Amino acid sequence: MTLHAITVLGHDRPGIIAEATDRLAGLGLNLEDSSMTRLRGHFAMTLICAGGATDDAIRAALGPLTEDGTLSVTVHEVPEERVAALGGSSWVLSVHGGDRPGIVSAVAGVVAAAGGNITDLTTRLTGELYVLVAEVELPAGADSDAVVSELREVAGRLGVGATLRPADTDEL
Amino acid sequence: MTTPVTTSLNPRVRDWTEDELVPGSVRDVVRAPAAVLSTPGGRVDPTAPETVRLAADLVATMRVSPGCVGLAAPQVGEGVQVFCVDVSDHPKARAHHGTFVLCNAEVVSASRNERAREGCMSVPDLTGDVKRASRIVVRGELPGTGESVEVTAEAFEARALQHEIDHCAGLLFLDRVAGAHAVYARQTYL
Repeated sequence: MTLHAITVLGHDRPGIIAEATDRLAGLGLNLEDSSMTRLRGHFAMTLICAGGATDDAIRAALGPLTEDGTLSVTVHEVPEERVAALGGSSWVLSVHGGDRPGIVSAVAGVVAAAGGNITDLTTRLTGELYVLVAEVELPAGADSDAVVSELREVAGRLGVGATLRPADTDEL
Repeated sequence: MTTPVTTSLNPRVRDWTEDELVPGSVRDVVRAPAAVLSTPGGRVDPTAPETVRLAADLVATMRVSPGCVGLAAPQVGEGVQVFCVDVSDHPKARAHHGTFVLCNAEVVSASRNERAREGCMSVPDLTGDVKRASRIVVRGELPGTGESVEVTAEAFEARALQHEIDHCAGLLFLDRVAGAHAVYARQTYL
């Protein structure tokens, strides 16, 4: 049993997910975590799957997807990862404002400097409005007020607004 | 078994109409990333003629905007704490107060969080999932008379009030989206 990281990127059309996953199922591969979305109109699939097939066999199975030249496929075997629990706190970071280079790197730098980990991040550009929403884990003992203050200062220099709120989970 | 809670409407607010104001003009709606949308609004004198005019303009602009259930002063470029709401035609509305305008409004109490998808005229291309209280008590002042009123709202009216009060505090729904996958493009790029 091996793990494989697969990407399928390119021109969106109906049926890509159905075809790609059917071919992976045909190899006996189990889709584990995946993200399938459209980015600026381009289809973008990233997934980790597990099974007995080799990278070459997976590439060959997905080959027909790339035949018209509008989609690209990558396949790489990857090791098992164990996600270490930080034992800290979970937050949602929202940043929005006028589009300009450097917004993501600036706010991500603040999180990294605090020892925090960005576990998920989405950006959207619509017209002049740039929006970033990230899920952030801060380590135990992190000074969240200081992170908020630093984020506001960095965001202010970029002319955007930043909000960091606890990610509340309703346990049922 | 839970006992159904019925919201008691404030009759003064329920019976309020824009006839208490001067005739309003339709204003242009500002879109993000305009700075006024991210700046906390100042308090107003609810009896001042300019506040009454602004209130009338907000209602007039809401009326001509399809699907609009509320509009806050920052959305017409005025960084002050005034907003109007009217959820009466919305299918998610339950008991509601119809059209009203509040100045200097604040949330007194809030409970029963629910997550739902929101849009905003000032962020026309995106929507987002936001968790908000579905039962809320808001205190504010009526434009013109300046009377202090307390409104108990539920369901969609409660959501609309919180969305507008956020505008007056310089916050958009984007500041409250539930997570990295809770923002959605409203239209396709195809």
